[in-house]
Amino acid sequence: MPRNKIIIAIYVDNQYGVLSRVTAMFTRRGYNIDSLTVGETESPEYSRITITLTAEKNDKDQVVSQLRKLYNVKKVIVLSTEDCIKRELLLIKVRNTEQQHADIVEATNIFRTKIIDFTDEAISIEATGDSQKIDAFIEYMKKFEIIEMCRTGIVALDRGGTNIWSEHED
Amino acid sequence: MKMTGAQILVETLIEQGVDTVFGFPGGMVVDIYDKLYDKQDKIKHILTAHEEGAVHSADGYARATGKTGVVIATSGPGATNLVTGIATAYLDSIPLVAITGNVRNSMIGRDSFQEIDITGITLPITKHNFFVHKVSKLADVVRKAFELAQSGRPGPVLIDIPKDVQEAVFDFKKQPVKKPDPIPCCDDEDINKAVKLIKESKRPYIYFGGGAVRTSIGEDIIKLADKLDAVIGCSMMGLSEIPSDSPRFLGMQGMHGRFASSVALAKADLIIALGVRFSDRATGKTEKFSLSATKIHVDCDRAEIGKNVPVDLGICCDIKDFVDRLIKAAPQRKNTEWIKKVEQLKQREADAYEGLPFLPRDTINIISDNIKPDTRLVTDVGQHQCWAAQFFKFRKKRTWITSGGLGTMGFGLGAAIGSSIATNTRSVLITGDGSFGMCLNELATAVTYNVPVTIVIFNNHALGMVRQWQKVFFDGRYSNTTLDRKTDFVKLAQAFGAKGFKATDKKSFEEAFKKAYKVKGPAIIDLTIKTDSLVLPMLKPGGTFNNLILRREDISDAEK
Ligand SMILES: Cc1ncc(C[n+]2csc(CCOP(=O)(O)OP(=O)(O)O)c2C)c(N)n1
Ligand SMILES: [Mg+2]
Repeated sequence: MPRNKIIIAIYVDNQYGVLSRVTAMFTRRGYNIDSLTVGETESPEYSRITITLTAEKNDKDQVVSQLRKLYNVKKVIVLSTEDCIKRELLLIKVRNTEQQHADIVEATNIFRTKIIDFTDEAISIEATGDSQKIDAFIEYMKKFEIIEMCRTGIVALDRGGTNIWSEHED
Repeated sequence: MKMTGAQILVETLIEQGVDTVFGFPGGMVVDIYDKLYDKQDKIKHILTAHEEGAVHSADGYARATGKTGVVIATSGPGATNLVTGIATAYLDSIPLVAITGNVRNSMIGRDSFQEIDITGITLPITKHNFFVHKVSKLADVVRKAFELAQSGRPGPVLIDIPKDVQEAVFDFKKQPVKKPDPIPCCDDEDINKAVKLIKESKRPYIYFGGGAVRTSIGEDIIKLADKLDAVIGCSMMGLSEIPSDSPRFLGMQGMHGRFASSVALAKADLIIALGVRFSDRATGKTEKFSLSATKIHVDCDRAEIGKNVPVDLGICCDIKDFVDRLIKAAPQRKNTEWIKKVEQLKQREADAYEGLPFLPRDTINIISDNIKPDTRLVTDVGQHQCWAAQFFKFRKKRTWITSGGLGTMGFGLGAAIGSSIATNTRSVLITGDGSFGMCLNELATAVTYNVPVTIVIFNNHALGMVRQWQKVFFDGRYSNTTLDRKTDFVKLAQAFGAKGFKATDKKSFEEAFKKAYKVKGPAIIDLTIKTDSLVLPMLKPGGTFNNLILRREDISDAEK
């Protein structure tokens, strides 16, 4: 069966311990999470968890049904990977040297990223975009000496005027 | 009214209709026990020998009645002793509320004496669990716990209450009990699709499980089978829902199920699965399971549909509603060929067993013939459990109590005590020498409360079920499955204050059983069984029901 990347958005009670209940379900059922983000939402009582995973159709149905059984889970939707707005943030720090400094600055311009810290030893860059862009940028930066980097994982919303509570097809 | 947390807990239990709790006290629940002391007229507390016994008793109480079982344990080791019992209830979808004490909020997270993160430990084996931070939340948490335990697909819920919350004072007002939301009905469209599949079928088989027990639809299943001219089989969890002598009923299917039901399942062209989860024990290798049959799966838990076996029509709804409507909508069918074929299977099964002396089966038959219909049959786990499942003649609903999903050795005695206390009727425990060794401390409980439980130990001096695997699949290398113990079960019974009997064959067993069954409180029969008796049929690992091992002679075949 074909395996696809899927993005699941979950509204949960904004309470202590809820994140571990959600992730424990993935561990227990043997599903591997590719990326996970959590944060506040438009209503203070809920947090939004965005999870991406690579899964077959059957696994997707299983994950969604198992999530819906959790008491603190209020809503689960699967976002259409093609038709949603999704962003990831990357912070990357590369070694600054006299020879390479101009190349680094040029690369940040071409990729439309932003330098946010600049010292004699290092240049720190912020990049946002979809995952492919971030992947491509990191790949390019491997030319230089990467000191440290971290990426947030995907946050995603539906296009248009709907929200998580609107009618969705599974 | 102002009350302490401990008092609020007890009052909420009363409000929720709890009349019996099982438990064991300790430092972090001493406040709760103090308040239970005041309410002995409303709530009976059964003090067991071990917390594991208490949780199995609460589980047995729930299985025998359908009500929620309640167990109380202290923090730390008290709480961890519940774990096996909670997991047992979880895998069999049994409604249970487990209440544990914990150290004060201010002591949490410091590895304080007897502090354990029991909500963390039980996360994957509860429907949900609660750590109660504040006394203001306590009553509503308890109410929610009872609602969750019973709603949809039932299961265990744990409430962990730190000691300072038990001491703190808050207002309590009694509330009416909230009924769990009903499970949705099915759509007309689903019924139409089912009818279409039925019309295309010539060999229909109805497979039911614990969900049918839960919704008590035995009679409806028989009516549906009559209409479809179908045969019926069930999982371990479905037993006792329909009488064993129902003409269309072939008994339990599966790895150690009846031959006719397992083979019929493999030969069917339509399987209607009601309240089951296609467990590997009931279906054999799930990937190879009845690949050619069309499958309709109806369950109240959407996550079960398509989880283990892909199905052609999956319906998440109240199975009773589905069956009722299908009986009305389905055409009267006639499948003469199929019924004839199944009759032949039954004959082959009968030829393989009948006439041959076989003490395990004869024993179960004697028990069947000598007990009242409402006596609960409780088992432990092993060969004795399989023999009981295969041969016992069930007559009444909810009279079969066994650990199906987790297969917990040591479940039996606690569960038997709980079910007898719940229903005020006798239970017969069929156990093995191995399993009984794991729970015999609860004899003390049975004696103290004078619980009418007749215990039959199938004493084969072995961990027979494992030994059987070693015989068939490991060339008879019996590593650590021979029980060369010197335990004298008759004296053991006497030491606990119970009656003990010994039996070695059919005749002496029948005599002993008739006596033991009349004893008011607990009695043990130590029955000697041949060490190498086998549970047959048997499914080869990775095999299908088309090539079951039916006779001893076939075993060498399996080894090849
Ligand atoms: C707590 C636990 N430990 C181990 C097992 C594995 N196991 C399954 S059946 C069995 C043998 C049971 O022996 P006994 O109770 O004497 O029953 P018999 O098969 O001999 O009838 C064992 C060890 C189990 N099911 N549960
Ligand atoms: Mg044994």
